[in-house]
Amino acid sequence: MAKQKFNIIKSTCIPIAIDNCNTDLIIPARYLASTTRDPKFFGDAFMHDLRYDAQGAPVSDFVMNLPEYSEAPHEGVHEIVVGGQNWGSGSSREHAAWAISGYGVRVVISSSFADIHRNNLLNCFVLPVIVSKEFQQELFESIAADPQTVVTVDVPNQTVTNEATGKSESFSINAYKKHCLMNALDDIDYLLTQKDKIEEYEQKA
Amino acid sequence: MNTLFDKIWDAHVVNMIEDGPTQLYIDRLYCHEVTSPQAFDTLRDKGIKPFRADHIIAMPDHNTPSDQQEEITDPIGRKQVETLAANCEQFGIKHFAMGTKDNGIIHVVGPEKALSLPGMTIVCGDSHTSTHGAVGAIAMGIGTSEVAQVLASQCILQSKPKTMRINIEGELQNGVTAKDVALYIMSKMTTAGATGFAVEYAGSTIRNMSMEGRLTLSNLSIEMGSRAGLIAPDEITFEYLKGREYAPKGEAWDKAVEEWKKLRSDDDAVFDKEVTYQAEDIKPRITYGTNPGAGIAIDECIPTLESIPEAEQGQFLSQLQYMQFEPGEKLEGHPVDYCFLGACTNGRIEDFRAFASVVKGKKKAENVVAWLVPGSWLVRKQIIEEGIDKILEEAGFELRLPSCSACLAMNPDKVPAGKLAISTSNRNFVGRQGPGARTVLASPLVVAASAVTGVITDPRKI
Repeated sequence: MAKQKFNIIKSTCIPIAIDNCNTDLIIPARYLASTTRDPKFFGDAFMHDLRYDAQGAPVSDFVMNLPEYSEAPHEGVHEIVVGGQNWGSGSSREHAAWAISGYGVRVVISSSFADIHRNNLLNCFVLPVIVSKEFQQELFESIAADPQTVVTVDVPNQTVTNEATGKSESFSINAYKKHCLMNALDDIDYLLTQKDKIEEYEQKA
Repeated sequence: MNTLFDKIWDAHVVNMIEDGPTQLYIDRLYCHEVTSPQAFDTLRDKGIKPFRADHIIAMPDHNTPSDQQEEITDPIGRKQVETLAANCEQFGIKHFAMGTKDNGIIHVVGPEKALSLPGMTIVCGDSHTSTHGAVGAIAMGIGTSEVAQVLASQCILQSKPKTMRINIEGELQNGVTAKDVALYIMSKMTTAGATGFAVEYAGSTIRNMSMEGRLTLSNLSIEMGSRAGLIAPDEITFEYLKGREYAPKGEAWDKAVEEWKKLRSDDDAVFDKEVTYQAEDIKPRITYGTNPGAGIAIDECIPTLESIPEAEQGQFLSQLQYMQFEPGEKLEGHPVDYCFLGACTNGRIEDFRAFASVVKGKKKAENVVAWLVPGSWLVRKQIIEEGIDKILEEAGFELRLPSCSACLAMNPDKVPAGKLAISTSNRNFVGRQGPGARTVLASPLVVAASAVTGVITDPRKI
């Protein structure tokens, strides 16, 4: 998946106000039977069964199909999804993170994430930002009032700001992962430098 | 004053990154066809081989059909299964191919072959990996990037979760199974109640629970949000594992058991959270909504709208709209179209014995399509050896071939749009069993009772 270095992201948002939005909803199982890594394949499947009806026609009242949110993400536009609480529960399928990333989203903001999905997002260079329920709720309200509402996610300073209200919160991320995101580094590359320590562990165990 | 989780975790720490995650050694990686192809591609991209191929076991289960296993007719699913076989061949990984005696659902095969043992760290690109925690192991679902990490280094980077102990005390009532215990816990603490925690199940109910029941309970940990659900190993665990294919033998077995006996939370261990439930409060359960926490006792009604907090009413109603149920409706007696016994949750021998005990001497309801799918070829063999297949056959049921089957709509066993299934699987999500399919989760006893009456039925009443 695309590895882009993180710094400060300023963008409008797509509000997906579904609590317990599980990874089956984010990408239905039939898109899992693939061996590809094509971002477009997974991006097209993002929220598929809510975006499209059984005949493949767009569901006109689903948020991603509303004119104010339907523009494909690019710099400054729709790079942020604001999700409901317990975002990404259920199946461990990393395909859900590939779908989000493949669609062009770089940040998901929610008041809570399921553990496995949160790790998957990080490994796919999508930043999960945990905010308070109050911040999340107010952000949904700001976006509803003005879909052009901009949110600033400042990774170096670990702050997220709703520019419509000026309210800001800090979010947590460990120093290691922050370094990885800001420098586009993978966990696997780190682990490959640790062979000696792993062999030492195996000797002792 | 360590918890069981701490003891196993601490024994597997290779390295701690300052202000970062822990580098954890993994004893066992399981791979299936769905979440591994891109991880093997990563190895090829980097020009590396698996670091410890002998720690890895692979088998297809999600795409395998349950009616015949000569071939997979869907070309995309077939390619995935063939890709797994080719990757295992290329990298020298043990592979239990479709249709062979070793194959089945990973979470059924691992414990029954004693490939999952007490004290191990176990991962798989599958959220129901929590199942293996029932033998007294840290077993967690991971993503495909992490599968690649383990292939490359036999390690993953993880932040240590908090610990939670869930105690169940007392004797389960007649007709109440481990599945009902899990559905009860989920409805009490919601599907996010254990997010961020590793759960240990304890208490007298668990101590008296069979290994199959414990595997069912640990399996459903992820539906409470917990990646791992551990149960301290005891005589029931040792009895279950002893003599199985990959269990240590002879002196090695005795030595292993001595070590495994130390795998319990110390008496003064402190958990970040601790909750206790009484077994006598638990009745046979069913779900009514589109997450596993939306459940009731089988003789209860769906909650009324007024009883739901205002902020949650919208999503409550949209769940019921999908399910075509009404607030306050009683589901006992509601017609069902499909019955599914199987999945990594309830595809073990005890589940088939339970199902057979209900349908013995009765007949499958004519309006019902029933899929009875063993979790592995070993389970299927045992079903036949015990004559359970004959009981099922006489009652009008057909025993199918091992597969994930109707749990997740990745093979031909899909529930058609609008049809209502009562299912022993683990998720009632929108579209989980097929686009538009409606799912009620329940125990093998409830599914069996419903399969002979054609309506949602309390097994205690027939």
